[in-house]
Amino acid sequence: MPVLLATDVLVWLLVAAAAGYALYCRRHAHLAAPWARVFRSPPAIASAVVLAFYVGVGLLDSLHYRPQLPQKADGGQKAYSVEVLSVLDWSLAHLRGRNEKTYSAPLAIRSFAREQVELPGGKIAREFPRLQFGGAHLAKEEHWASDVGWRVFKGLGFAAAILLAAAIGMRILRVRWPEVPWHAAVWALGGVLVLLMPALVLSGGYHVLGTDKVGNDVFYQALKSIRTSLVIGTVTTLVLLPLGIALGIMAGYFRGWVDDLIQYVYTTLNSIPGVLLIAASVLMMQVVIDRHPEWFATAAHRADAKLLVLCAILGLTSWTGLARLLRGETLKLSELEYIQAAHALGVRGGRVISRHILPNVAHIVIIAMVMDFSGLVLAEAVLSYVGVGVDPSTSSFGTMINSARMEMSREPVVWWALATAFCFMFVLVLAANLFADAVRDGFDPRVRVGALAKAAA
Amino acid sequence: MFAYIVRRVLYAVPILVGVNLLTFLLFFVVNTPEDMARMQLGAKRVTPEAIEKWKAERGYDKPLLWNAQAGGAGKATQTVFFQKSVRLFAFDFGASEDKRDIASEIGERMWPSLALAVPVFLVGLAVCVSFALLMAFFRATYLDLWGVVLCVAMMSISTLFYIIGGQYLLSKLLHLVPISGYQGGADALRFLFLPVFIGVVAGIGASSRWYRTLFLEEMGRDYVRTARAKGLAERAVLFGHVLQNALIPILTGVVAVIPLLFMGSLLTESFFGIPGLGSYTIDAIQAQDFAVVRAMVFIGSVFYIVGLILTDISYTLVDPRIRLQ
Repeated sequence: MPVLLATDVLVWLLVAAAAGYALYCRRHAHLAAPWARVFRSPPAIASAVVLAFYVGVGLLDSLHYRPQLPQKADGGQKAYSVEVLSVLDWSLAHLRGRNEKTYSAPLAIRSFAREQVELPGGKIAREFPRLQFGGAHLAKEEHWASDVGWRVFKGLGFAAAILLAAAIGMRILRVRWPEVPWHAAVWALGGVLVLLMPALVLSGGYHVLGTDKVGNDVFYQALKSIRTSLVIGTVTTLVLLPLGIALGIMAGYFRGWVDDLIQYVYTTLNSIPGVLLIAASVLMMQVVIDRHPEWFATAAHRADAKLLVLCAILGLTSWTGLARLLRGETLKLSELEYIQAAHALGVRGGRVISRHILPNVAHIVIIAMVMDFSGLVLAEAVLSYVGVGVDPSTSSFGTMINSARMEMSREPVVWWALATAFCFMFVLVLAANLFADAVRDGFDPRVRVGALAKAAA
Repeated sequence: MFAYIVRRVLYAVPILVGVNLLTFLLFFVVNTPEDMARMQLGAKRVTPEAIEKWKAERGYDKPLLWNAQAGGAGKATQTVFFQKSVRLFAFDFGASEDKRDIASEIGERMWPSLALAVPVFLVGLAVCVSFALLMAFFRATYLDLWGVVLCVAMMSISTLFYIIGGQYLLSKLLHLVPISGYQGGADALRFLFLPVFIGVVAGIGASSRWYRTLFLEEMGRDYVRTARAKGLAERAVLFGHVLQNALIPILTGVVAVIPLLFMGSLLTESFFGIPGLGSYTIDAIQAQDFAVVRAMVFIGSVFYIVGLILTDISYTLVDPRIRLQ
């Protein structure tokens, strides 16, 4: 039975909107030109490829359903599990169900902790027991190295095959778009595949990145966390954009008391320390949600509502920066001759805004949107650490760090959960930052630091 | 100038009223005192009497906005809003959940916060400006390129990892400094070294890159070309002309942050167990002690507004072309 979570709807709406925008840009040369500039930069292409992988995982994780329970013999009504799964869970079913008892190191076949084991002779010994799933297919432990090696080799083979196909595909694309640096895309794709394919093949028999305290596979958790990050980074802008655009342009265009009022609202919001405002609002909403369990059909629905509320609160508290930028730009624009001419010709205010002002501030909106993304992803980790982030049952990088950080004081150190969260987050945020830089350089006619440097040299 | 400052200070009053209304809305209307009582008492001990007692002890048993039973001015003052929100203006914060006076607690915890935040601020500013100058001096070379790459990479690492990584490396592996904790006096140096170091490193990426952009923007201006044309050495141009002018946006941007130093840094303090205002706030959030959170929100917004006013004044001080009216 398909399940439609609120964030799923928004995520897919965003995908549709992005597709619509891309089509619209293609038809209008002046809109396509800045994007063409963006995609001429090698870092932008490379980071776009990496981001595409993250988005792919996030989208697979945004198609939810409830699996059907085995039907009773009397042919009664179809029953569905209360557990909500996603297509990603389904495709990684071999990772989801197979929990160990507790920690185990990456690729380990024996547990991290000693346990009392009864020996065949009736004696009791403390030793590291074999894992239930990690390496359980190995008859002898000596086969471990050869088995891991063979799986890595197989994974690299898959990666090479896909990469070869992609390289050929890009040769064809190069004919159509010769100015795009396709070699950067191939390199980035190669990097992702070389890491991902062996990990996927290995995950068939091992816990590639180990298991956490309650025995969950860390690799699977990291993949699940991607969706949370992406939702926070994108759905928040859905809340932020309408507020920022409408209020910013109104303040700059109408001036007078409208301007005063809007400025008052955003100074007030700004003056409350961000973390505190967010923490206070999140705490309040959590109380409301916890008091009304009847609103939600399953635990997944409730966790999803909390995620959505977090996005809404982040959006409500962070539209002020965009509004201030747009207000300034609108003030400047409405002094220009063509706006004055529109006024003189008797064009109404609403039409001036939609025809003349909005298109001319669109680049600021796009730049703000991509620049905000990485900040929001980082903010989620901090908020979850403070305890006002996502629901504890939602996997996210913040909750992963939070549960893993205590283990740094163990001896020997349990480093893998933390390292995994670090790597996944670092790559995501780095790619987002690089892409955002390229977008800014492509869209903003003023900031061309490279050009400035050359002029100054 | 004086009239301007007076007007700005007066303008702060409606903003603080707005902040108070907002926190009041969040803490008392969306989340009623009954809910708070239930949460604090825990699921087992919730009885109507216990809730009433809890509310009466904290003064939450009065009506929210308008007390029809009281006489005269009491109609407005004998309410939760007046008792809890309006009193904040007199810096009367009341008592926390564990019955301690919040105002004196803040006075005590302010000093460790400052001892951490001021060095982070000063050292961070010096390091970032020097790094940015270095990149600007060697602009369009490999040093500049890799400097920017380093900045972007450092920006992409969550603060949490800087803290955890720094603690692990310096304290656990190298045993150079204690992992966490705090002591007053000269001992504080040992405890503060690591958090200050991490605070500075975590800020390098974003600030250096931003300062570098400012320097480069300044270098494209006409007076720089003039300075070069009259034969000044590149070093003299950079330090004598560009640095001074680029410091204007840097300083005015930084001035707004100075009052917020009192608030401490939330994460660093709670990770390192420094008994400052930041860890106080985090503890209050985690213990759902709303009296403390409310007080910190109020103080935070007061400091923010002070920062805004200081920014405006600093503009006139460093840039004589700007007049406040």
